[in-house]
Amino acid sequence: MENPQASSGNALKLTLAWTFVGIPLVWGVVQTLVNAIKAFH
Amino acid sequence: MPALSFLARERTIAAPGYSRWLIPPAALCIHLCIGQAYAFSVFNLPMTKLIGITQSAPDDWKLTDLGWIFSIAIFVLGASAAILGRWVEEGGPRRAMFTAALCWGGGFLISAFGAYVHNLWIVYLGYGVLGGIGLGLGYISPVSTLIKWFPDRPGMATGMAIMGFGGGAFIASPLSVWLMAQFTTPTHIGVAETWIAMGLIYMCFMLVGAAIVRVPADDWIPAGYVAPLQPKRLVTTENVYVYQALKTPQFWLIWWILCLNVTAGIGVLGQASAMSQEMFKGQVTAVAASGFVGLFSLFNMGGRFIWSSTSDYIGRRNTYFCFFALGTVLYALVPYTGSIHSVALFVLCYAIIFSMYGGGFATVPAYLRDMFGNRYVGAIHGLLLTAWSMAGIFGPVLVNYIRQYNVDHGVPPAQAYNTTMYLMAGLLVIGFICNLFVRDVHTRHHMRAVEADAEVEGAPVFGRR
Repeated sequence: MENPQASSGNALKLTLAWTFVGIPLVWGVVQTLVNAIKAFH
Repeated sequence: MPALSFLARERTIAAPGYSRWLIPPAALCIHLCIGQAYAFSVFNLPMTKLIGITQSAPDDWKLTDLGWIFSIAIFVLGASAAILGRWVEEGGPRRAMFTAALCWGGGFLISAFGAYVHNLWIVYLGYGVLGGIGLGLGYISPVSTLIKWFPDRPGMATGMAIMGFGGGAFIASPLSVWLMAQFTTPTHIGVAETWIAMGLIYMCFMLVGAAIVRVPADDWIPAGYVAPLQPKRLVTTENVYVYQALKTPQFWLIWWILCLNVTAGIGVLGQASAMSQEMFKGQVTAVAASGFVGLFSLFNMGGRFIWSSTSDYIGRRNTYFCFFALGTVLYALVPYTGSIHSVALFVLCYAIIFSMYGGGFATVPAYLRDMFGNRYVGAIHGLLLTAWSMAGIFGPVLVNYIRQYNVDHGVPPAQAYNTTMYLMAGLLVIGFICNLFVRDVHTRHHMRAVEADAEVEGAPVFGRR
């Protein structure tokens, strides 16, 4: 059976880790999309 | 060295309860940074005006000389991945990621010094050689770790990391432009300062990945996963030693499969903007063409995740059959889109082509794992990346020289790429045939149980076939 304390610790680590890599990636993709849309106009 | 003992493989074995979903972000920390290589061209123009500032001065660097920076880096990527693959595999992912962070960040810092003293050889050494080693180490470092954590979905796992390599350019391109704008004054172009900032940012980001990464304990399996006891067709349960893999036809068939897929993709990747403007003169402006390139890059990135994840369900060989069959049709269709002046069809063809170009990179680690097992998949993947280095030379050369030959012989620019596209379609047919010949690795190449145990313990192994 999974330890609830370990599980909540994992959830926090997972959130932090995915946010750490997700923010720059999403920012980069949005920048590219914005530039592409500008170009199409 | 005791101070660096935290890098040792045994110090990275995950404690019970560790979530395997922490490994993809660790891998992304590395791949998002080294993916900057695809955006290096944003520095080309500013680097030609470091002395002249507003326009190139006679002593300024020439674009042709600057092109070598990227070429050296890609060549060293393949060479270092091939040479250091076994070192990466045996030392564990943290040591490799840590070293990659130092090389990649250090490469930027040395290049910044080169830009500051205006010596191109220092930039070749910094970004090209040291950065190239960082690229090679960083690219392969998380691959086998991901495959071990996700034995149930290895394609998806490696696809996520390798998608990061495609995504790195999206971050690096606007970041580089923004940083240069901050450091540039009317009397100075801030390339050196931008490289210092990027070197430090990338080093820190990659070190976070090295800190997060863990390897699973030997007896760990994901909850609910039942490892197959018997090998399925084209999916082995055995392991092949890294250099033994070189003696198998499967390795060389997959080498050609990757090389041909990348040659076709990389050849048109660098020419997509010029090609769209020449094929659709009056319909596609330079600005619109840059928008297309951005869109194609998104498909290149998305394809890495989507195709490699799909390969978990339809199999690696079938995935490559899709790339080669569909790719052949699409490459052959591109000249037709020009003849009927259909920009939309051209963009659609290219979008799918680039998704398969990225997908080829992302699916290949899982293909190697299916053929050669988990044990040395990272090192074997490193050896295979020499195919990328070769394709990096073949592809652009083929496209550029054939186009020039056609133009010199009176072919209108709008049709100058037709021969190239048919040739690329032909290369994909050869790739299809190579893929057709892939069979299970013969049992004589498999590591015996005693060899596998000795390798794990680091003891010398005798009697290897």
